[in-house]
Amino acid sequence: MVLEMAIRAKPAAKEQQRKPDPGLPPVLEIQNLVKRFSGVPVVDSVSLCADRGEVVAILGPSGCGKTTTLRLIAGFEQPDSGTVSIGGQIVSEPGRCLPPERRRMGMVFQDGVLFPHMTVGENVGFGVRGSADRKQQIAESLELVGLQGLQSRMPYELSGGQQQRVSLARAIASNPEIILLDEPFASLDSALRIRLRADVRQILTELGVTVIWVTHDQEEALSLADRVAVMFDGKILQDAAPEELYHRPVSRIVGSFVGDAQFVPGMAQGRRVDCELGDLPTVGSAEGPVDVMIRPEAIRLTAHAEDVPANATVLSRLFFGHDQLLRVSLDTGLALNVRLGSYGGIRPGDRVQVSVRGAVVTLPQATSE
Amino acid sequence: MIIRLPRLRTAVAVPVRTFDRPPSPAPPRSLTAAAMFVAAGVLLPLGYLVLRASQAREGVWDLLLRPRTLDVLINTIVLAVAVGLTAAAIAVPAAWFTVRTDIPLGRWLAPMCALPLVIPSYVGALTFIAVLGPRGYFSSWISESVGISWFPNIYGFTGAWLVLSLFTFPYVFLTVSGALRGIDPIHEEAARSLGKGPLGAFASTTLRQLRPAAISGMLLAALYTVSDFGVVTLFRYDSLTRAIYVQYGASFDRSYAAVLSLVLVTFAVLLLAIESQWRDRAAYYRIGAGVARQRKVVELGWKRYPAFACLVALLSLALMLPMGVLLFWLTRAVERGDDFSGLAQSTANSLILGGSAGMLAAICALPVAVLATRYRSRIGRLVERMTYLGYGLPGIVIALSFVFLGANYAPQFYQTVPLLLFAYVVRFVPQAVGSTRSSLLQINPRLEDAARGLGRSWRGTLWSITVPLAVPGIMTGIVLVFLTVVKELPITLLMRPTGMDTLATDVWTAAGDFAYGRAAAPALLLILMSAIPSMLVLGRVRDVSVSGEG
Repeated sequence: MVLEMAIRAKPAAKEQQRKPDPGLPPVLEIQNLVKRFSGVPVVDSVSLCADRGEVVAILGPSGCGKTTTLRLIAGFEQPDSGTVSIGGQIVSEPGRCLPPERRRMGMVFQDGVLFPHMTVGENVGFGVRGSADRKQQIAESLELVGLQGLQSRMPYELSGGQQQRVSLARAIASNPEIILLDEPFASLDSALRIRLRADVRQILTELGVTVIWVTHDQEEALSLADRVAVMFDGKILQDAAPEELYHRPVSRIVGSFVGDAQFVPGMAQGRRVDCELGDLPTVGSAEGPVDVMIRPEAIRLTAHAEDVPANATVLSRLFFGHDQLLRVSLDTGLALNVRLGSYGGIRPGDRVQVSVRGAVVTLPQATSE
Repeated sequence: MIIRLPRLRTAVAVPVRTFDRPPSPAPPRSLTAAAMFVAAGVLLPLGYLVLRASQAREGVWDLLLRPRTLDVLINTIVLAVAVGLTAAAIAVPAAWFTVRTDIPLGRWLAPMCALPLVIPSYVGALTFIAVLGPRGYFSSWISESVGISWFPNIYGFTGAWLVLSLFTFPYVFLTVSGALRGIDPIHEEAARSLGKGPLGAFASTTLRQLRPAAISGMLLAALYTVSDFGVVTLFRYDSLTRAIYVQYGASFDRSYAAVLSLVLVTFAVLLLAIESQWRDRAAYYRIGAGVARQRKVVELGWKRYPAFACLVALLSLALMLPMGVLLFWLTRAVERGDDFSGLAQSTANSLILGGSAGMLAAICALPVAVLATRYRSRIGRLVERMTYLGYGLPGIVIALSFVFLGANYAPQFYQTVPLLLFAYVVRFVPQAVGSTRSSLLQINPRLEDAARGLGRSWRGTLWSITVPLAVPGIMTGIVLVFLTVVKELPITLLMRPTGMDTLATDVWTAAGDFAYGRAAAPALLLILMSAIPSMLVLGRVRDVSVSGEG
């Protein structure tokens, strides 16, 4: 059966898989997926694909339809139109859906969702077929997540982070082709979240399994995924590699969702734009009135000196420790946020010179925002 | 598996996390079919009564418009309203005193106020007749010692009203004290800070928030009154249930019994529908997550003693009087050397009938509850409503319908145990559905998703995940149905196989023979059997007719 041909890629072969053979269909492909709840489209014409071994994040605010998309992929929901294919075979289309149990996708839920009446071992072994090397498979999966020997514990005896690890082990033990993660760390505290995130990413890379990772946390999506699809109001607005997404967003919404962004009106001509920050190079070419997106960390402040003419005054400063956020006012009247490293003795009231690093992104001017 | 016995609600109720109905694809056909089969069974007696009434020779309308119909309907309404109001008048202050004030022994009084539910109301009625009836213990004593020969007649409205109020006020007490514990006193404090006095603040915030719970409890008491058969028959009060029974006995006019039954069902279902609306409103005021904050206790000062005396007087009437009379009868019977040999057989019969009905009801409830909680389908909601209807079908109506049905279409089942169990299940399956349902709502549906994702079919998931996790609710359902079947009177009376006695019928026949002494032993056994596991019933009284709370 095609669905069960879960060939695990070796980590070494991973780089190759990043550029897949054009003859092979992607492991997961969804096309024009639509799902309505009482008439309202929650998932609106979503298309997305993932190649073998790829980690794709679906990033969006709560209620944007990302979890519903995941549930459509897993087969818990039926689409109103569009298709979901695995390995080139359609598994979901309106009126015909392969039940979730025959898709073999490991799903990791927000709170772990361990079966409370079963031991850790029974939980992990729940999806293991056949009994030949069952015990071994349970042990291996637990070892992979760093919880060897905890088979006989009950879920309530585990900490939140351990529960999430068991949940991942349970998904892995069922030998899935695709692993779906639904905000797996949202209910953990931030220190634990960061540690677990890195661990999980490493485990998934070692397995070489295809991963769809739903999150509302920009940092998580940008740092862990090979590709990020930004979702708003049921639509995917941009699907790109993290750096591309951050530095070249296609719209103001995407630009401000993946990081702090400020917009300055300007007049574009070819690959340059004229705005209150001066004449700047742009990443693409455009003509006419545009909005120039400027990230706080893209601004350089130079203390006023003889050969450094000042063009702005520092208004206020928030010191966070690892970095600091300054608010400066240009002499033209424009106020901007600037993110600087922890060092540098610029204080409110100082005169400074404001300049922009690198090329900027121009976006079509907002009409009525 | 551990069955958690909810304590009598003296402690703060810990909010139970429940999960929203997940949006899911269409339910599996076999599940829908099973649930619909159960619903059809519940509708069978009602459907048959409609058919029977429509075939009446005189025509339904002629029967319906007989002056007698109106008479008994008015009697029923008057009694239901009187009992509901009286129960509330007793229960709301009792709940406030025990929950919010420093009344002496408050912690003990609160569970005591729920205990009258343990005494079957017909047993209570029997003891009241023995004490207050003409030539009763109290009346004789009064006429001998004081010389007053006139004494108010306990038969008719007075007795039925008094006894039903005393034995149904716990319904209001439990809903109101539950609400009192759930209402956040912060509103009362806010009202105080806005310039209201203590009484004004209480009246303008807490009391108003209590209203839905009190009304919901009152309607439960009224519903009980409307469905009650034993008390009104013993006091010879001409309400619908008694009229149906009399009409059934005078067998020349059974269509009229069917018409009266339909009138009764309509009234009961109306009460049920209004009750469920008020209950939803009551849930509105409950605080959400988190544990209720420590409340300040209202200090009554010297007034705590008269308040205490009132509650003790109430409990003397509702608990101590019936228990005292029964124990007195029992000792006298033992002294006389009465023959208790039939008691073991009756007890065994009660246990077997109750146990089997409980398990059957739990099995029938499972597909209904799963369909209703796990799938968003119109048919699921419909089936759940239909089984809920059992609450609005008084026992006498179900009994009558099955007796007709059995006699006419299935004589081989007439007065047999299988048909009797079927009738019990129709009457009490809502209790099993309610407790199974609330248990299912506490199971995170993601657990089932996880099992599906790991390769189990929906059936495999049901048996490996859903049912094991719902065991506490399923067990509660079995016990609830067991308890109510053991006490049940009209269905047992009319449908039992000839010669099969249970504890409830023993009490009844003894009462019919005016051999009260013989009623004592089975009545005490009934109370004992309900008292031990009724911790469960009392903690879950809302579940008895109402779902939701854990």
